[in-house]
Amino acid sequence: MASLWEYANPKKFIDTTSRFIPWLFGSALICLVTGLVWGFFFTPDDFRQGSTVKIIYLHVPSALMAINAWLMMLVASLIWIVRRHHVSALAARAAAPVGVVMTLIALATGAIWGQPMWGTWWAWDPRLTSFLILFLFYLGYIALWEAIENDDTAADLTSILCLVGSVFALLSRYAVNFWNQGLHQGASLSLDKEENVHDVFYHPLLICIAGFVLLFIALVFLRTQTEIRARRMRALMARERLTA
Amino acid sequence: MKALLLRDIRLAIRAGGGFGLGLAFFLIVVVLVPFGVGPQSELLSRIAAGTLWIGALLACLLSLDRIFALDWEDGSLDLLATAPLPMEAIAAIKALAHWLTTGLPLVLAAPILAVLLNLPAAGYGPLILSLLLGTPALSMIGTFGAALTVGLKRGGLLLSLLVLPLYVPTLIFGAEAARRGVDGFDTTTPMLMLAGITCGTIALLPFAAAAVLRVNLR
Amino acid sequence: MIPDLGKYADAVMSAYAVSLLLLVLLVIVSWRRAAKVKRDLEEIEGKGQSDG
Repeated sequence: MASLWEYANPKKFIDTTSRFIPWLFGSALICLVTGLVWGFFFTPDDFRQGSTVKIIYLHVPSALMAINAWLMMLVASLIWIVRRHHVSALAARAAAPVGVVMTLIALATGAIWGQPMWGTWWAWDPRLTSFLILFLFYLGYIALWEAIENDDTAADLTSILCLVGSVFALLSRYAVNFWNQGLHQGASLSLDKEENVHDVFYHPLLICIAGFVLLFIALVFLRTQTEIRARRMRALMARERLTA
Repeated sequence: MKALLLRDIRLAIRAGGGFGLGLAFFLIVVVLVPFGVGPQSELLSRIAAGTLWIGALLACLLSLDRIFALDWEDGSLDLLATAPLPMEAIAAIKALAHWLTTGLPLVLAAPILAVLLNLPAAGYGPLILSLLLGTPALSMIGTFGAALTVGLKRGGLLLSLLVLPLYVPTLIFGAEAARRGVDGFDTTTPMLMLAGITCGTIALLPFAAAAVLRVNLR
Repeated sequence: MIPDLGKYADAVMSAYAVSLLLLVLLVIVSWRRAAKVKRDLEEIEGKGQSDG
């Protein structure tokens, strides 16, 4: 049976990930609860920003994941183009809605955080604007998957879109910086010692970031399983219709 | 190659080919803006450069699905695919034809419509130059987008959603160049960036568009 | 129990509320779809095996 062979790799994916999924969700929950509780209840207010600095524990991790989700989709798309592993293409499809939600959270928390600071609900600050554009890229990608019936065609087209989109997303980042010098503070997490984020906020923030990463992986594993099963279902139903 | 180009141009100019559509839409946008923001000439002259760029961009967007739609429907795209011409060349020629029949007319119409928006005199040169440099990119990017949605029935809205984020860098640099020209500032940087984007898209997107067309023609 | 958030209380609380709500919704929707598709697939595969 040709389809069974095709299923071999996806089946292995499902079997392997099924063991990890509960642990991933569990540890994500623990990290998130720990990080958020620590950050919310046990850190001081910022000298300039007051208690709004507490939003950092949601804004920064979600913004990081919004970008990382797209990068993961890019890698998965490349793997599909080169190696034609269906799981790759489906993983990219699975990750996109997670990325969209992360982007939304980043935008919402960014706007809410900015309002008392900048005096306006939305300022066309380069960072926020770049995330808005990223949001549009995500929407287009998801919409393209939904619009195309044939699975392989959809995988091919969306992976090329992801590639081209990535180049333009990067280009947009620079264009937007050029366009508006911006109100955002400089990179709040740098790897060198010159941390703009004070140490006392740093540790709960790291735990929150870890929580978001674990949650992302858990969701992508779960959703990819769903995509694999859905694809198999479509194949079976198509075969049924042919032999009926 | 030339034959394909001439054929596409002729098709676009023919009645029903959509030649005037882009220009008409450009006019509509420019006429609607004062109704939306108010007729104060000082305000209009401040937003003229950006509005003209947006109008040109939207007019381009409107005409994108024509690039492949007609050929797709009557099967000529399948025939073109088997022709000795490489798919990349077909995509590039289609983009060129689109620019000649849509983009270039917009560039020529812009100074006329700029009068309606009180564009300051200093702005005309930079506006035209920026549109001249930027509209080819819009055509090439649009051709890529059109290739993605060529098989879809109601592809128009999806096409807009896909193409608009791709248009953002071109719009940013193009409008910035035009605005700086209005204020008399140096426009070199945005113009160069614009030219860079156009060159980059023309060099690379035909390959992406060709890959997409091959997928859709399977 | 809630620390004194001062004048930014609304901002902080709404930021947390929106974010957590979106996350919870995402997880719930993902779980439910996963369960449904798994169930439907098992049904179709079960039917196939009993027929074939």
